[in-house]
Amino acid sequence: MALLEIDDISIEFPGRRGSVAAIKKVSLTLERGEILGVVGESGAGKSTIGGAVIGLLQAPGRLTGGSVRLDGKRIDSLPDHELRKIRGRRISMIFQDPLTSLDPLQTIGAQLTETMQTHLHLSAAQARQRAVDLLNSVGITEPEIRLDHYPHQFSGGMRQRVVIALALCCEPEVIIADEPTTALDVSIQAQILDLLKMLCKKRQVGMIIITHDMGVIAQITDRVAVLYRGRLVEHGPTSKTLGSPDHPYTKSLISAVPRADVKLRRFPAVSYIEDAQPSRKAFDISTHWLGRQSDSIARMDAPAIQVCNLGMRFLLKNAFLGRNRRMLDAVKDVSFHIDEGEVFGLVGESGSGKSTIARLIAGLYEASSGRVMLHGVDRKTLQHGAMHHALRRQIQMVFQDPYSSLNPRMRIREIIAEPIRFHKLSGSAAQTDAMVDDLLEYVGLGSQARSRYPHEFSGGQRQRICIARALATRPRILICDEPTSALDVSIQAQILNLLKDLQETLGLTILFISHDLPVIRQMCDRVGVMRHGELLEVADTETLFTQPAHAYSKQLLSLMPSLAHLSRKGLDTEEGEQARVA
Amino acid sequence: MASHTLSRFMSSDAVYSFSRSPVAVMSAIVLLVIVLGALGAPIIAPHDPYDLASLDLLDAGTPPVWAADGSARFLLGTDDQGRDMLSAILYGSRISLVVGFASVMLSLLIGVSLGLISGYAGGRIDTLIMRVADIQLSFPAILIALLIDGIARGLLPRDAQDALSIYVLIFSIGISGWVQFARTVRGATMVERNKEYVQAARLIGMGPSTVLRRHILPNVMGPVLVIATIHLAVAIITEATLSFLGVGIPPTTPSLGTLIRIGNSYLFSGEWWITIFPGLALIALALSVNLLGDWLRDTLNPKLN
Repeated sequence: MALLEIDDISIEFPGRRGSVAAIKKVSLTLERGEILGVVGESGAGKSTIGGAVIGLLQAPGRLTGGSVRLDGKRIDSLPDHELRKIRGRRISMIFQDPLTSLDPLQTIGAQLTETMQTHLHLSAAQARQRAVDLLNSVGITEPEIRLDHYPHQFSGGMRQRVVIALALCCEPEVIIADEPTTALDVSIQAQILDLLKMLCKKRQVGMIIITHDMGVIAQITDRVAVLYRGRLVEHGPTSKTLGSPDHPYTKSLISAVPRADVKLRRFPAVSYIEDAQPSRKAFDISTHWLGRQSDSIARMDAPAIQVCNLGMRFLLKNAFLGRNRRMLDAVKDVSFHIDEGEVFGLVGESGSGKSTIARLIAGLYEASSGRVMLHGVDRKTLQHGAMHHALRRQIQMVFQDPYSSLNPRMRIREIIAEPIRFHKLSGSAAQTDAMVDDLLEYVGLGSQARSRYPHEFSGGQRQRICIARALATRPRILICDEPTSALDVSIQAQILNLLKDLQETLGLTILFISHDLPVIRQMCDRVGVMRHGELLEVADTETLFTQPAHAYSKQLLSLMPSLAHLSRKGLDTEEGEQARVA
Repeated sequence: MASHTLSRFMSSDAVYSFSRSPVAVMSAIVLLVIVLGALGAPIIAPHDPYDLASLDLLDAGTPPVWAADGSARFLLGTDDQGRDMLSAILYGSRISLVVGFASVMLSLLIGVSLGLISGYAGGRIDTLIMRVADIQLSFPAILIALLIDGIARGLLPRDAQDALSIYVLIFSIGISGWVQFARTVRGATMVERNKEYVQAARLIGMGPSTVLRRHILPNVMGPVLVIATIHLAVAIITEATLSFLGVGIPPTTPSLGTLIRIGNSYLFSGEWWITIFPGLALIALALSVNLLGDWLRDTLNPKLN
C-alpha cells in the first residue's frame, strides 16, 4: 500500500459566475522515501493539490469528488479537529517564502520546541536537545547558540533550513514543499535541494515537491506529474518523462526551457499553449510604415549606444549635514558600447545595477557622472526642443512586470495610440487607428484586442501589448528589462521568439537585461557581466559561455541549472534540429 | 455604446456586492428619500418657510399631529415662529446637502491637486505641503472652520454677510477638510509614480502635468471616492454644528443646524419636537452617507474581498 494515495480528486472554486474547476480527476500516489514532483505553469492547480492533501484549501475552494488516503486511512473527510492532529504531525509543509513562514517575534528555538512539546509531549529539555539535533542535521552550525536567535538574524537560505527543520521536527511521514526554492538565489537553491533529497532518503519521508521549475524537477525528483489546466497530462519516472515525453504539452514545456549549452535560432515547438495567433497580414517591412524611420538624426558611423564612465548614486538617508548622508553607488564607472543592430546583454544578480543602467540610457534617471551617447550625440545636450523629441522616439523600453506596465484604466487602443498622438506621427484619427491595428497584428494579438482593457489579457499577451506600444514610435533602440522573468516558461519562449523576429526584420538595436544566463545565451550577440554596480567583463556570448575570463562569470556559469543530463530525444528531431545554429 | 456601458456597470462587481448588502441598500434608500425630499421641497412641502406672510405667530409651538392639541395642518408641529417643522426640515436639508456637497468638492479639488503634486514631485515641495497639512491637522477641523468663517466675516461688508453666508460656510468647511484627501492621494501617487506604466509614459516624452492628469489621476481616484463619501457626512455635521453655534446660516433661513439651535432653547419647556425632528433628519442623513461610505471602502478594497 502506498503511503499517500490521492484518488481521482476534483476541486472546485465556486464563484459568482459559476464554479471554476481547479483540479479535474487527478490521481497520484507517493511511497516512503520517494520524491514526487508536481510541475505545471501558473494556474495549472499545483498548489491546490498540496492544499487539498492537508485540508487547507483556500476558501471558497472545496473537494467535489475523490479521496485522499494516508496509510490506507481516509483523511479528506475527517473533521477539522482530527485533521489538526495529522497536520504538522504526520504531514507537514514547507512554503515558498522563508521570510513569512517564521514568526519574527519568537526565537527559532521557541518555535521548534513549542511544536514538539504540543505534538510529541516532550519535556522542555528533551525538546531542546532534539531541536539542536535537527538544526545540526539541516546544516546549521553552532546550533546551541543559533537556537536563541530570531529569524531576522538568519540569511534567506539559512531561514529556509530552519523552516525545513520545523517541518521535520515531529518526524512526519509526508512533506509537501510548495516552491521551496523559488525565493532563493541559484547558489542557495542547489544546497537546499541537496539537503531535502538527503533527508528524504535518510528518514524515509515521502515528499511532494510543487514547482514550475524544470531544473528543480530534474535535480531531485524520482517521479514527476505534469499538470495542465487542472488535468494530469503525464506521470512517470523523472528521467523518462523529461527525457522522452509522450504528451505534446510536456514536449512543448521542455523545449521552451532555454538551453544553456547551445544557441538556437528560435525556440522550437512551443505552440501548445499559444496565447497569440500568428500575424494574418503579411508585412512587407521595406514598404510598410513600420519599417520606415521616423527621424534621421542617426550618424551611422557612431555606435547606437555609447556609455562612458557612467555612475549613479542614490540617496539612502538624507541628513542636514553632508557627511551624515548615506549614499548608495548603484552604478560605478561603467563604460561599454552597443553597435547598430546588435543585441547586447547585461547579466547579473539582483541589485547589481542592470536596471539602473537601462533607466539611465532611457533617460528616466539623471546620471550622477559620466555620459550616455546615442548615435554619437550626448543625451545631456538634448534636454529640450525638437531634437529631444526625436531622441525620445529613437529609444523605447519593454518592462519586467506586465501587470504594472499598462495603465489599468485605459483601453488598449488608447495605450498604443498615445505615443503616436503625442509625437503627432499620424495625420488623422483614422490613420492612428490603422497604425494601432497594424501594431497589434504585428505582435500577434489581432486588432480585435484594441477595445479591451489590460486586465482582460494574460501576462504574455500584455507583454505583447507593451512591445506594440514600444514599437509605435518606430524606435531604433529597444531596451528590454527582464521582459520575461514574470512569465511562464512557454510564454517566455514565445515572447523571446517575437523579440528575435522583430530584431531581425526591423534591424533593431536591443539592450537585453536578464538574470537568466540561458535566456541571455539564446538572445544576445555580446554580454556584459555586472556585480555590485560594476561591469566586470564584456565578451561575445559564445566566448563568455565557453571561456569566461572573470572569476565571477565562472561562478555564475557553474551555478546555472542544467537539464543537460536529460536526453532531448524526440525534441531535437522536430524543428529544433534545423533551427540549431552551427 | 451607452447601453454597453450601462450593461457593463450593471454586471460589475460593485453592483453585485451592493445588491447583496442590506445595510448599503437601506442607506441608499434613506439617502435617496432625503435627497428627493430636499430637491422637491417646493412641491412637497405643505408650507413655504421663506414666505413670512404665511407665518402666523398664533400657530407657534403647535405639537405634532398625534399629540393631544396637534393640528393636521402641521404634521410635525411648528417652531417658535409658527413655521411648519416638516417644511422647515425639507428646506433645511437642501442647505445641508448643498453645503455638504460643495464643501467636499472644494476639499477634494484642493486636496487631490496638492496630494498629486506632493507625491509626484517629492523633495522640498512634498515636505512643505505635508508640513502645512500636519499643522492644520493639529487643530480640530471645526476650529479651523470657525477661524476662517470669522476672518471672512471680518473682511466682508456687514450688509452682504447674510447673503454671502452660505458661500463663506462652504469655503470654510472646504478649506478645513483638504488634508485627508491630500494625504491619501499623496500616498497613492507615490505608489503609482514608480509603476512601469508611468515610466513608459515618461519614456514617450510626456511632461509631468500630462503624466499626472492622464495616467496617475485616474488610478488614485478610487480611495478619493471613499474619503469623499465619508467626508460628506462630516461636512454636513460641521455645517449643522456651525449653524448651531450661530456662525453659519442666518436664523431666518432654516437649516438643520439652525432648527436644532432654535429648538434647543425650548427643549426644557416641553416643546421637544422643534429640536428632535431636525436632529433625527440629520442623524438619518449623516448615518446613511457614512454607511454607504463604509460599504464603498470595503468594496473597493481588494484585500477584503
